[in-house]
Amino acid sequence: MQQSNSYIITFSVILTVVLGFLLSGTSQLLGPIQKEAVALDTKKQILGAVIPVEEIAAMKPADINAYYENTISSKVVNISGEEVTEQDGVAVTAETVDISKNYKKPADQRLYPVFIFHDEGSEDKVISYILPVYGAGLWDAIWGYLALETDINTIKGVTFSHAGETPGLGARITSPEVQNRYTGKKIYSESGELEPVEMQKGEGRDYSGQEHQVDGLSGATLTAKGVNNMFVNYLGAYQAYLEKVKGKS
Amino acid sequence: MSTETAEKTAFKKPAEAMLSKRRKKLISDPLVDDNPVTIQVLGICSALAVTTQMKPTLVMALSVVFVIVMSNLTISLMRNTIPSRVRIIVQLAVVATLVTLVNEVLKAFAYDMYKELSVFVGLIITNCIVMGRLEAFAMGNKPYDSILDGFGSALGYSWIILAVAFFRELWGSGTVFGIPVFDTISSLFGEDFNLATNGLMVSPVGAFIILGLIIWVQRTKTGYVEH
Repeated sequence: MQQSNSYIITFSVILTVVLGFLLSGTSQLLGPIQKEAVALDTKKQILGAVIPVEEIAAMKPADINAYYENTISSKVVNISGEEVTEQDGVAVTAETVDISKNYKKPADQRLYPVFIFHDEGSEDKVISYILPVYGAGLWDAIWGYLALETDINTIKGVTFSHAGETPGLGARITSPEVQNRYTGKKIYSESGELEPVEMQKGEGRDYSGQEHQVDGLSGATLTAKGVNNMFVNYLGAYQAYLEKVKGKS
Repeated sequence: MSTETAEKTAFKKPAEAMLSKRRKKLISDPLVDDNPVTIQVLGICSALAVTTQMKPTLVMALSVVFVIVMSNLTISLMRNTIPSRVRIIVQLAVVATLVTLVNEVLKAFAYDMYKELSVFVGLIITNCIVMGRLEAFAMGNKPYDSILDGFGSALGYSWIILAVAFFRELWGSGTVFGIPVFDTISSLFGEDFNLATNGLMVSPVGAFIILGLIIWVQRTKTGYVEH
């Protein structure tokens, strides 16, 4: 059946309009729910740095929100470690700081959120300082949260996420098995210099005696490099703040 | 099914049963004899990628069922108005819209699944089974038959990827749907007994091996030979 050109064009236009409306309608309708899902996921990642993943997985969304409210207090600092409460006349909170957007700015103009994990209900009993980190993996962005013990040296835990690392290779940074390798490692050398943990090339060696090295990811050396760079960059940027915390305690 | 008999025929045929023999064949054929994965060897990419665990595989299977059935229905309803010169693009637009809907719904209501399946839901668009059924069946058949055909093909795809995922998760991680099976079995035989998991199964290579074994067993049984 051979149709005229005008029929084909009319058909295509109608189809495009109908499908377009359908898609934009869905996006409008689901937008708020998706935003909540993303916010909840961020909270899960932050908490994931300090409590076991299985525990979070067992919690209901409402429980996670409540637990987060009770145990996390947050603030935003700049590169000199001073607390920032507003920028360009707009109040800033750690939860609303878009780390990926800040990453594009020069390091000294970025906002750096800090999440402080404390005993349920009592903000003075700090258990851990959780710092977001962000950087480039092999294909796309990678980011994560690094939790430090109150000695501001020992790593309590990490969580990683990624936008597009290779499944089975670089994407393994999201698995608890890889993330647990960081627990107990140190970010300062004995002389007090910043020396973030470095993921090594190759996999299967034992680094349990090393304070600044963790076993690598076989087949994902470039993702591991991205992780290492992200630690160097962000821990460097949080230096001033961490020094202040250390001075206080 | 009033439209069934209202076709141009001069004398009325009795209405075909809802599940007549021919229609049952539409569903049952793609399960084994004409399976889209093992016989037609389509949709292999996602069969390898999402099958490390049962749960994401099940979500993937459900998504594919939805997309194939709905796109078959939509295209079949429009089949007499679609200009033949742009039919492939029309099919693609319909499939892409449905896949985007699935993706958006997953993102809203099952964010963890959305993250885990990542690009593979989007890649349903390029799953040859979907476009294949549209072009081969829905363009020339009535809506109800098209639904059955789509459902059959989608099931044929689903049971294969679920079977692959079952063995990959069992042997690779020692679990089924996240329930530890190997640990339970090991504990029955005392402390020294430990069933080891096979890391090969977690990598895509494991899927190739399982899929190959399934095809082997199936073709031995059905006697199917490639021409």
